[in-house]
Amino acid sequence: MAYSDKVVDHYNNPRNVGTLDKSSTEVGTGLVGAPECGDVMRLQIRVNPETQVIEEAKFKTFGCGSAIASSSLATEWIKGRTVEDALEIKNTDIVKELSLPPVKIHCSVLAEDAIRAAIGDWKKKNGVAEAAPAATTTVQ
Amino acid sequence: MSTVETQVEVPAGVKLPIYMDNHATTPLDPRVLEAMMPYLTGKFGNAASRNHSFGWEAEQAVETAREQIARLIGATAKEIIFTSGATESNNLAIKGIAEMYRERGNHIITQVTEHKAVLDTCKRLEKYGYRVTYLPVKADGLIDLEDLKRAIDDKTILVTIMAANNEIGVLQPIREIGKICHEKGVIFHTDAVQIVGKVPFNVIEDNVDVASLSGHKIYGPKGVGALYVRRRNPRVQIAAQIDGGGHERGMRSGTLNVPGIVGMGMACEIARLEMDTEASYLRGLRDRLKAKLESHLDYIHINGSWEHRLPGNLNMSFVYVEGESLLMGINDVAVSSGSACTSATLEPSYVLKALGLGDDVAHSSIRFGLGRFNTQAEVDYVAEKVIQIVKHLRELSPLYEMAKEGIDLSKVEWTAH
Repeated sequence: MAYSDKVVDHYNNPRNVGTLDKSSTEVGTGLVGAPECGDVMRLQIRVNPETQVIEEAKFKTFGCGSAIASSSLATEWIKGRTVEDALEIKNTDIVKELSLPPVKIHCSVLAEDAIRAAIGDWKKKNGVAEAAPAATTTVQ
Repeated sequence: MSTVETQVEVPAGVKLPIYMDNHATTPLDPRVLEAMMPYLTGKFGNAASRNHSFGWEAEQAVETAREQIARLIGATAKEIIFTSGATESNNLAIKGIAEMYRERGNHIITQVTEHKAVLDTCKRLEKYGYRVTYLPVKADGLIDLEDLKRAIDDKTILVTIMAANNEIGVLQPIREIGKICHEKGVIFHTDAVQIVGKVPFNVIEDNVDVASLSGHKIYGPKGVGALYVRRRNPRVQIAAQIDGGGHERGMRSGTLNVPGIVGMGMACEIARLEMDTEASYLRGLRDRLKAKLESHLDYIHINGSWEHRLPGNLNMSFVYVEGESLLMGINDVAVSSGSACTSATLEPSYVLKALGLGDDVAHSSIRFGLGRFNTQAEVDYVAEKVIQIVKHLRELSPLYEMAKEGIDLSKVEWTAH
């Protein structure tokens, strides 16, 4: 398997590796995939309650180089975006950026799922209805 | 930011990339090449040409190779049939016996961790009305002899069980298997590709009736193999699967690959003379690699029996690290992984799954295959490098973090995809 330079770069220098306090109300955690499938991604976001901007994003991934690169790239892209804006990221954008071959497309799907799961968790914690306008947010 | 740009110093005398995948294939021994050269150049005769010196010298060379191969496994030269490789040998043995003994019965016994050349051949025979029993293996990768005894019935004509496994290197109890087969009057074929030339293998002492051999696994050339077919006690007959000029006593037609055969013969000769020294050398290297990895890493798992194993094999799972990502980090070392991502089917190794290992452990496995030309300096470099990459990838692994926190991963509700 030949990897694109961008995949190799993310593999060698993964961005935003780490763990956020999952009990914090500002933090949303997405854990997707399964060990049996050979891929597990955990993506975490810390959202500014006032602006709904994702100020911090961290990941840890068990998986192949493409899975690591997809999740590393996802953290780079969502940082600084509002949660609604981050939901606009599509797996196909990741495929394009990393030049993933067809057999690795599931890695990008998993990264998109991880973003959605993290945002979903944050919304649930903060009583934000799915697809509801940002103004309804209540912060404890 | 953690970075994995390799910091491991390459020791003097070590040339990258390092080849440590000797179960897949082996480099040609220079002495083998030297023996082959005349037959790739001036001595180009067809071994079947009976009426001129070109043919005679080719035939002489083939007969010398037959002797060399026979001597290594305790056979006689007449019991060696040349083929294009072990896949053909396995096909010829199983299909040829099934066809020849069809009137006696239609039942074949094999086991689940065989090479695909055996499993898929058996599957094809099932389509033609044969009944195949696939014996399970225990957690150590070995079959249970009681299972074998129970599986043999009055329609059983053939038992085909490998001598050494290509992934986990475990040695099946072939001597006992052969004994059981002989007591019941059943033919015993073994895929002996991985065992020959590595540890002692003797068709008489090990009660083997038919054995598949390969040239390129023993520092010989690719494209040549052999089949041992017993001629006495009992005499085994095989129906030819390739029709033509009736070469190889009618069992395998086709012009002989003379340079390949000469090379395989020389490879067997070298193995016969050097096997004992080489086995202890490889065991030393392998044990050194294992000890280094074990002293620096937690959550590692040896796959298959440690006691009954080829000297050059180390199959290890680095739990919570995915195999392909590990290979990517040690890309100047040639090894292989049981991870799904490295296979064409996207399924993790069926051999590791047969041991009852979870898919997650199978995904984390690496097979180190040490060979004749590996050095201690190479082993030290590989160990350092693997330790560094595994540590890096575990920093990235949510599973490792969860395990360290004491979370039981089998109780987590995963979202399969």
